[in-house]
Amino acid sequence: MLNNKTKNRLTIFVAISILTIIAIVFIFKTLEDNVLYFYSPSEISKTDEINLNNKIRIGGMVKEGSVKTSEDEIKFIVTDFKKEIIVSFQGTVPALFAEGKGVVAEGKLKDKKFFVAKRILAKHDENYMPPEIKKNLNKNAK
Amino acid sequence: MLSNIGIIFSSSALLSSLILIYFSIVELKISGDKISQKIYKFSLFKLIFSLSSFLTLIAGYVYSDFSINNVYENSHTSKPLFYKISGTWGNHEGSLLLWINILVLFSFLFLVLDKNKNKNFKLLTLIFQNLLISIFFIFLLSNSNPFAPVFPVPSEGNGLNPILQDPALAIHPPLLYIGFVGSSIYFSVALASLICKIDSRSLATTLKPWVSVSWFFQTLGILVGSIWAYYELGWGGFWFWDPVENSSLMPWLLMTALLHSVLVLERKMGLYSWVIVLSIMTFTMSVVGTFLVRSGILNSVHTFASDPNRGLFILSFLLVMVFSSIFIFFRYAPSENKNYKIFSKEFFILLNNWFMIFFLAVVLIGTLYPVFLDTLTGAQISVGPPYYNFILAPFLIPLLFLMTSGPKHRWISSDFKKIFDIILFLSIISFVIIFFFIKESNLLTNLILLFSIYLIIQTIFDFYGNLKNKNINLSRIISHFGFGLLIFFISINSILSLESNFNAKIGEKKNLGNYVINFKKLETAQIDNYKSVIGHFEILNKKKSTIENLKPEIRLYNKPETITYEASINSNLFSDTYLTMSNISDTNIFNIKFQKKPFMNFIWLSVILISLGGVLKFFKIKRQI
Repeated sequence: MLNNKTKNRLTIFVAISILTIIAIVFIFKTLEDNVLYFYSPSEISKTDEINLNNKIRIGGMVKEGSVKTSEDEIKFIVTDFKKEIIVSFQGTVPALFAEGKGVVAEGKLKDKKFFVAKRILAKHDENYMPPEIKKNLNKNAK
Repeated sequence: MLSNIGIIFSSSALLSSLILIYFSIVELKISGDKISQKIYKFSLFKLIFSLSSFLTLIAGYVYSDFSINNVYENSHTSKPLFYKISGTWGNHEGSLLLWINILVLFSFLFLVLDKNKNKNFKLLTLIFQNLLISIFFIFLLSNSNPFAPVFPVPSEGNGLNPILQDPALAIHPPLLYIGFVGSSIYFSVALASLICKIDSRSLATTLKPWVSVSWFFQTLGILVGSIWAYYELGWGGFWFWDPVENSSLMPWLLMTALLHSVLVLERKMGLYSWVIVLSIMTFTMSVVGTFLVRSGILNSVHTFASDPNRGLFILSFLLVMVFSSIFIFFRYAPSENKNYKIFSKEFFILLNNWFMIFFLAVVLIGTLYPVFLDTLTGAQISVGPPYYNFILAPFLIPLLFLMTSGPKHRWISSDFKKIFDIILFLSIISFVIIFFFIKESNLLTNLILLFSIYLIIQTIFDFYGNLKNKNINLSRIISHFGFGLLIFFISINSILSLESNFNAKIGEKKNLGNYVINFKKLETAQIDNYKSVIGHFEILNKKKSTIENLKPEIRLYNKPETITYEASINSNLFSDTYLTMSNISDTNIFNIKFQKKPFMNFIWLSVILISLGGVLKFFKIKRQI
């Protein structure tokens, strides 16, 4: 019924389709396991679905006057002007990190009020530096 | 003043390009095998006008002519001359003008250099090129005019974002654009050869030099971008799977696929339609890349200026481009007979293409998935490095293996040589020795190491073997050797890297395993257009009892008022020591990030070796012609 050429073509076509489907399913499966969801402090306080073992990103404003640097960590409050969450972090912050400015932190929740960040990201398109930081830096350098 | 001159130059370039389209269409119908002088003349005019408009913008930057809005927004009189010039393409409008200039230059070079005898084929290629040029000039003049005047004329400019004031970032966009825009030539060539029914051999000879040149520049452009990210972003990594990095990688993967499949095409063994599809896809991906970066649709370290209108323009352009090429493809695609024998060289090249397409799919899905999810469900997500590493790493093993064994096979033959030979034996021994030093427990990483060593040793043997035969395919050997090294050193680097974050006061000493970090003092300095706070650190390696001095900086730029943290990197042959510091609250406690990054220089070197293959190939083609 089918000649050899058609059969060959059909086999190749079916093989390629199966491979493609496997590849796409595999890609999306991996994708689902590896995405980082982004929450605001209000969303965190509302939902119970966040697994404490999953890495997530939270974002909002760094609350004015909330940044505390101690011997071994940095602590600050991220707010969306409705709810707040305390973030603790070890390491250097990006240059655009500042009080009253937007911030994104990546890490895990300890509980609904406390977030342990592994990485801090800040928006890049900022052309402004709060005068307090500048003053403080100058003072420290003396 | 300069603003008007610039607009006149770019409008004239647009006009010459439209005239060229008209002349070319007229000439298509005239028989004869020579392209007339007037087409050469107008192409030259277009090139001169276009270059002059770019030089005008550069002049505007050099002389700080703030009557041009673009200069006012992105420059400042106190900026060093070098960064005044590089600031020209550090913003959207200027970089678009650079983009167009490279497009114009490439079209001109194609007209002058391409030796194809078919007149209509060349004319059609030029028509497609000039259509692209016209569309982008119209976009430039209507939406993103770099010469837009500002009135009243401000006395001082806003300055350039300090993280862009960097030598690597001054050459990064031009390199990358040569790669991106170079691919427009294969797009036009592909469409033109479909319509003119060019045979596969001359299509291959036409494409080859352009593919190797743009691939070379694209590789270097990506490298320079990575080096910049490594020392400027302060995270100590060199590849973050950031959407913008991905959009430069995607055309690269396609160019790599094309680079390989052109070899098959050249020997008249099919793949004609496939090469056409790849050529169209490569330029499409370059435009997608431009769209992703410029529309601001993606959150990334690069999107400092974005505008939905731009996105809309590029998106509609993209749709028109893709649909018209699909139409042309189905209208003109030739039927061809494919019969491949398994284990012949062309079979392996086809496999290479499959890998490249798979990698492209992975990167494309990872980059676009967050955008789709956001549009469809409103959920905000980001796709991080674990996705890419998890999915791509296992596939490196067969890829490395195929790169090792593939080139051993001859064209159109199907004898299967045995794979257990002296080279595999040597590789296993070297792997065992290395394993003894690093003691890595992850099976996957070990396999990647083993197969990259296998590839490295095989290419070294190939080099000696071919040296004797005098029939040397140096470009393939060097590029594959470089790729083997790259994977090898990236793996070793990820295994042996150390990172430590802590806070410290001036005068404090920290004990971290093998290292003692001493924060000795702080000093300030006033340099050109910024003020610097410099930390003096002394790092003692207890094992080797060596001392390194590192000076990370906090810089306060005055125009625009910005703060940047400059990493201090002590780069030795085998290992980099990386230190950044920041200070955020009202205390004298500084945040420190300390890293040991082994073999960074070898990673850069491997990429240079890979790109070197492209140059060698280019010169080999030149010699053949």
